[in-house]
Amino acid sequence: MITPHLPALQIVVPLVAAPLCLLLRRGDLAWGLALVVSWAALAIAIMLLQAVLTGGVISYEFGDWPPPWGIEYRIDAANAFVLLIVSGISAVLLPYARASVASEIEESKHCLFYTAYLLCLTGLLGVAITGDAFNLFVFLEITSLATYVLVAMGAGRDRRALTAAFTYLVMGTIGATFFVIGVGLLYMVTGTLNMNDLAVRIADLGENRTVSVAFAFLVVGLGLKLALFPLHLWLPNAYAYAPSVVTVFIAATSTKVAVYALLRFLFTIFGLEFSVEALTLTYVFLPLAIAGMFAASTVAIFQVDMKRMLAYSSVAQLGYMVLGMSFGNVTGLTATILHLFNHALIKGGLFMALGCVVYRCGSASIDEMRGLGRQMPLTMAAFVIGGLSLIGIPLTVGFISKWYLIQGAIEAGWWPVAILIVATSLLAVLYIGRVIEVAYLQPAPEGRVVTEAPRSMLIPMWVLIVANIYFGIDASLTTSVAGTAARALIGGTP
Amino acid sequence: MTEGLALALTLAIPFTGAVLIGVTGKHPNLREGVTLVTATALFLTVLSLLDGVLAGARPAIELLEVMPGLPLALEIEPLGMLFGLVASGLWIVNSIYSIGYMRANDEDHQTRYYICFAIAIGAAVGIAFAANMFTLFIFYEALTLSTYPLVAHKETEEAKLGARTYLGILLSTSIGLQLVAIIWTWQIAGTLDFTPGGILAGKIEGVFVPILLALYMFGIGKAALMPIHRWLPAAMVAPTPVSALLHAVAVVKAGVFTVMKVAVYIFGIDFLAVTGASQWLVWVAAATVLLASFVALTKDNLKARLAYSTISQLSYVILGAAVATSMGVIGGSLQIVMHAFGKITLFFCAGAIYTATHKTEISDMVGLGRAMPFTFGAFLIGALSIIGVPPLAGSWSKWYLMLGAADAGHMVIIGVLMVSSLLNVAYLIPVVARAFFLPAPAIDPQPASAGAAAVPANPGGIHEAPLLCVLAPCLTAAGCIALFFFADPIYRLLAPIAMR
Repeated sequence: MITPHLPALQIVVPLVAAPLCLLLRRGDLAWGLALVVSWAALAIAIMLLQAVLTGGVISYEFGDWPPPWGIEYRIDAANAFVLLIVSGISAVLLPYARASVASEIEESKHCLFYTAYLLCLTGLLGVAITGDAFNLFVFLEITSLATYVLVAMGAGRDRRALTAAFTYLVMGTIGATFFVIGVGLLYMVTGTLNMNDLAVRIADLGENRTVSVAFAFLVVGLGLKLALFPLHLWLPNAYAYAPSVVTVFIAATSTKVAVYALLRFLFTIFGLEFSVEALTLTYVFLPLAIAGMFAASTVAIFQVDMKRMLAYSSVAQLGYMVLGMSFGNVTGLTATILHLFNHALIKGGLFMALGCVVYRCGSASIDEMRGLGRQMPLTMAAFVIGGLSLIGIPLTVGFISKWYLIQGAIEAGWWPVAILIVATSLLAVLYIGRVIEVAYLQPAPEGRVVTEAPRSMLIPMWVLIVANIYFGIDASLTTSVAGTAARALIGGTP
Repeated sequence: MTEGLALALTLAIPFTGAVLIGVTGKHPNLREGVTLVTATALFLTVLSLLDGVLAGARPAIELLEVMPGLPLALEIEPLGMLFGLVASGLWIVNSIYSIGYMRANDEDHQTRYYICFAIAIGAAVGIAFAANMFTLFIFYEALTLSTYPLVAHKETEEAKLGARTYLGILLSTSIGLQLVAIIWTWQIAGTLDFTPGGILAGKIEGVFVPILLALYMFGIGKAALMPIHRWLPAAMVAPTPVSALLHAVAVVKAGVFTVMKVAVYIFGIDFLAVTGASQWLVWVAAATVLLASFVALTKDNLKARLAYSTISQLSYVILGAAVATSMGVIGGSLQIVMHAFGKITLFFCAGAIYTATHKTEISDMVGLGRAMPFTFGAFLIGALSIIGVPPLAGSWSKWYLMLGAADAGHMVIIGVLMVSSLLNVAYLIPVVARAFFLPAPAIDPQPASAGAAAVPANPGGIHEAPLLCVLAPCLTAAGCIALFFFADPIYRLLAPIAMR
């Protein structure tokens, strides 16, 4: 009886739970509720993915209003996969969150924190699940507003979190404005907001200046949200000063969801036949992706704060994802979708490791990392494995992503790009390598005695790290889902 | 024991050994016992597969499929059999030597050292028995990463710098060039399996063939083809047993072994010969042979001189592949074995000299020969083998390489090989000659260095190194002689891959 309503429950459960968290008035109860909700969301996401893989696309009419009048939730392999990533990360993260949040945020704000967290989760799931362009905007804003609050909560540890949140607020709002203008223009010429309906009507319109302008607005708006270089300026500070749990969550999910939204617009709604798109992919996305990969990786090498370093690395990694889509072929798109998942595992694991360091040492600067290899062996071992995965060493997920990405480049005939891709992963060797060297080959600072992080943080971290290896050794599941998703997107099923 | 099981064991034994070494880390004697047992068990397991391979069997197992069509799989063919035997066999000798060296020099972190060593050997065996380029690449990277802690072992600034160069060059070339070449191959050939005769014929043509070959050759940084050779001298900061086994045998030989595999099983010798795609490689390898020898002449540090000598000798193997004739392939493959025995002897001796006297510079070793006759005797035999003097092992590989060059009509290369032998004489023989024939310099009334003081006083203040440190080079030197007389089984093993 419940099964047909799973798409709605995916959103409604966390949405309803969010205000309840506030009403509970006790931090640990709120945490418990958030935990249960996250696990429920994961269970629903798994069931949805299973249903999509066996039974094809699911269309859910909200309130029984048939599309294009009502809001349609439309789930194919691509967004089922994204739902799994978001809810999966959240489910692993929450057990970790308790200790970390307790140490970084003051007691009175815990309920607020979990409320904002669940709202953020709702928004992310909503962006992924919806089949309606305006509804997507609404969820995007729910996510963004919740994230501004979450980032600002880092102020307890470092006041600079406030300016970081403010910058994010300004840039995020500009992005949202651009996006909604784009949607408005599309509505103006097509008279619909349903994505599939849009796809059909845009194809019928042919050459149309308004559609081209809408395309430009949408791309810039989503580019801001996903921190496409050079629109990434909000990201490093937001990641660096947010509470550790928030950093893990938004690094692993929120930019990924924005990438998904961009994919949806580019490949399902506009489609490769849309004339401006091919030009944009080749002459805008490709160079920007490569520039971002190089510039951000280079900047990462010189960072003192390790969270900031990984934030810049995230900008570079987003470059990989954008690069994959810019090839405009199925292999490249597979690489992008695969990397959504793989990068969530990599950065989730790495930021969790830094969260453990912050928990014990109070900061994650490079100086603080000295000698940690001996004092926090499990945490640093996790960091090393996550780092190797980020670099793309074989038998880790990073390698699988890179393999498909390079294959996509070769398939598209972009030879030199293949070399550039590997060249940037060498920059990752530099910035990960120096942390490892400091942690293992330098003595700990005088007088600092720290022990391993609590088990409630170690176990979730190692779950992600083991997943890094598991899906690197046996990638047949992820690659086949990503391949199906890529074909679903590029096929533009009407 | 079935062959499939034995093949799986060759991987399982060293990695299990690594775990056991970690568990027994608190008890040095037990730990070293585990190392020796593991090494012996590995060698015997590899050896048990030899008969079947000689008879033409090709045992194979598939471990798991990583990506669709890309399994982790093992398969033994003659070339891999040879490399597997050399790596696992010399591990036993090297373990004996390591125990003597590490204890005599009182090194820290010995457990980490033995663990990394076992993993490195496991990776080398994985490279030897890989059934496709993908599997080989994975073990290739595992070898790079597992040897990094060994190079950085001393944890001094110098060691860290050397290890950084080591890791940087090997990782960047393998990911930057080799991986691209592998994916390109996968893209055009649709397979990465090592197939007799190659998989690329008819799939790629024109200028792209030499470009792809270049991606492989410079991407296989472990083969130390100039200008990708800087990591090898940098790695000499490692303790000498590491330099001996890894940087004369396992790591560098894994490099040239991969070169051979690519030439024989990916491109195919005939395809290379027909397209002439490896012509440029002949000249680059020849230049490396000569240039590295010249640099070796200028080095006073014994290990640095040996490192450059290794770079030069490795390019013999690359030459064997590049001339693209069956004799060249046999010569190159023989060189993998023969040079391994010669060079490991030289490194063992260098380590023994360091242990006994704490001397690293050749100019300081004047007159040591009389105090350390066994060490320098072994050094002489190793040096002569590298030079290629009969009746020592190194003469065979040079012989076949020259035949291969002649078959391909590369008369200049024969000249290069002869000049190179003369250069070998010039940089190796003086070390021995000065040790034996020049008188020792006047000795201070008190022993100067702390290391020398630890040795019981005798007229020169200098003795042979501890027994285990001297035994190992004598064993490998004896191996150099034995291999001259027993080269025929190796030739028979290799014949099937070259004669087609």
